[in-house]
Amino acid sequence: MNGFVQRNPIWTVIIAVLVAAFVWAVVAPWPPGMEAVVGRKQIFLNALFNGITLGALYFLVASGFTLIFGLMKNVNLAHGSLYLLGGYIGYEFAEATGSWLGAFVVSFVIVALLGIVLQYVVFRRMEGEDLRQTLVTIGISIVLADLMLWRWGSHSYQILSPDFLSGPTTLPLIAGVRGDGEIVYLRFPAVRIAILVASIVLGALMWLALNRTRIGMLIRAGVDDRDMLAASGVRIQYVFVLVFAFGAGLAGMAGIVGGTFQSVAAGEDMRFLLASLVVVIVGGMGSIFGAALGALLIGLAEQLGSVYAPTYSVVLTFLIMALVLAFRPQGLLGR
Amino acid sequence: MAAVDPTSVEGGRRAARTGQASDVPAWLQGLPVSWWVVGVILLFMPVVANDFILFQIFGWGFILGMIALSLMFLGGYGGMVSLAQMSIAALAGYMIAILGSSGVQTISLNWPWWLAIPVAIFIAAAFATMIGALAVRTEGIYTIMITLAIAAAFFYFTRQNYTIFNGYTGFANVVPPDLFGINWRQSVPFYYLSLACAVIAYCVVVYVSRSPFGLALQGVRDNPRRMAALGFNVFAHRVFAYTFAGAIAAVAGILMAWQNAQISPGTAGLPAVIDILVIAVVGGMKRPIGPFIGALIYVVLRTFAPDILLTLGLSGDRFKLLIGLGFLAIVYWSPDGVLGLWEHWRARRAKAGDPLTRGGDAQ
Repeated sequence: MNGFVQRNPIWTVIIAVLVAAFVWAVVAPWPPGMEAVVGRKQIFLNALFNGITLGALYFLVASGFTLIFGLMKNVNLAHGSLYLLGGYIGYEFAEATGSWLGAFVVSFVIVALLGIVLQYVVFRRMEGEDLRQTLVTIGISIVLADLMLWRWGSHSYQILSPDFLSGPTTLPLIAGVRGDGEIVYLRFPAVRIAILVASIVLGALMWLALNRTRIGMLIRAGVDDRDMLAASGVRIQYVFVLVFAFGAGLAGMAGIVGGTFQSVAAGEDMRFLLASLVVVIVGGMGSIFGAALGALLIGLAEQLGSVYAPTYSVVLTFLIMALVLAFRPQGLLGR
Repeated sequence: MAAVDPTSVEGGRRAARTGQASDVPAWLQGLPVSWWVVGVILLFMPVVANDFILFQIFGWGFILGMIALSLMFLGGYGGMVSLAQMSIAALAGYMIAILGSSGVQTISLNWPWWLAIPVAIFIAAAFATMIGALAVRTEGIYTIMITLAIAAAFFYFTRQNYTIFNGYTGFANVVPPDLFGINWRQSVPFYYLSLACAVIAYCVVVYVSRSPFGLALQGVRDNPRRMAALGFNVFAHRVFAYTFAGAIAAVAGILMAWQNAQISPGTAGLPAVIDILVIAVVGGMKRPIGPFIGALIYVVLRTFAPDILLTLGLSGDRFKLLIGLGFLAIVYWSPDGVLGLWEHWRARRAKAGDPLTRGGDAQ
């Protein structure tokens, strides 16, 4: 950090000014002149928070993807299907029992079991054959997508959030000032804030598990050199199965989050597979922090883009990816 | 010394033989019989087949086959599996609608065909070059992911952009020009048009794969570091492979727009993008004929699967499941596609028929 300040004084000043301007834009009420040019602060804040919470959702999906890739070097293009399946299962369970939190457990377990089957049947048999694994997972995603379309049709399902999280909550952020001088605070759906907090906690737990526990140590060693790890007597196949199950289960849970945020519908699998791809390309393959940073960037770009440049919001996402590829092909935090 | 040198007589005879046959070029004589059979069948297909089979099965099959051929060129000779080939084809289709004539008079420029077609191909090839320049910075799986992301970006962009691509609806009434007084959208002319394009594309790919560029590209596929050490520009070879494959996909894209008489974002939607990969893999990525076989299988399945499923008592909507399961079975058991299966079977039969190796095999 200090080294960076000393080496790049100009960049440090520019970054500091940008951060200060951003903090000011979030905290302070906007003067009328600025509102006339950029639009109302309420809209900006809403887009900002939508972007951050969408980033949290992307992080949930992409962290499993990047973990699996980092350890086993296999690209699971059926990851989006696991997400969608988790969403449907969560919907069915929540409809049947009315328990939103219980749906997370059920979804996690079922999709994790499917992940274990995939690992045993598919990936273990073609270790090191990248292209074949990719093609097989594409095939699996086609089959799963059609099976789900068969079972659940092309309607979109909304998973209702529980009572204690329904409705908006008031955040201590000034959204605007009324004509009579009264300050209006930002109101935002409580369930989204809860999801945001939950995914930050989950990210922190994953970091702790990776860096402070024995199994985390094994996983990190496997990422660095799995042959050496296997040679030193660790049953690496068990580690693989564990990581795959966890990554798949995470995708399943993310399906419920996505179903509560937006909806569960056919076609969402591709959308979220794509989002995870872009997120891990931007953030760097195999890095949890990279996935978090990439997810935040892409979520913000999508939401702010859809408010301020509706036609080109998708292109904005793509532009970020192209820039990262052009200047840092291994991803922002990749090695 | 008076004895006649036998080799010179033999040589003279050979010279006489080639002299006699000089009206038929040597490369034509080398073609195997099966090629002649397939060629004659394809040429006289309109005599027996009805309009639907000519236009929907073969026309569509040739077009998809050409797009998959461009993927096969990249994947088989260059070792780069690009999922953006369908997007390149769709861009060429869009360009022919925008530069030429279409139902959307406010956007179409109504250029004459001899200008619109080359410019459309050129723009699509330039787009392919840009994709290539981005994608070759990565390898293997990363290439697949990045080109998939580019294809998705193209789809969403065309769907949201109304000033150039006319958004969700796209362009209707994109028809080929009335050249030589023939309506090229009628089944027989369109059949021959797409057949000619497919044959030319096939021959060009075969030719290029044996040219110095194609050989260098295969060298780059097998060992980029050694090729770089030998003084070949690895980056330029790979990017030019994208340009070349893009031009083939562009021709197919123009035909596709003409066949459907329309072009819209759905043409290059993600299912269509994945379908091209399915076709190339099912046919086999090792040889240029593979994609056409894959395309024919795909088109036949796609057209008749609902009927087959209905007779089996299942819903006709499940054809995707059928295609997905078939694809899964092929990539699971035979990574080289149908061609790989065929070669495997032929090798086994040849072995079984040979008493010498059969004895060795039994051990």
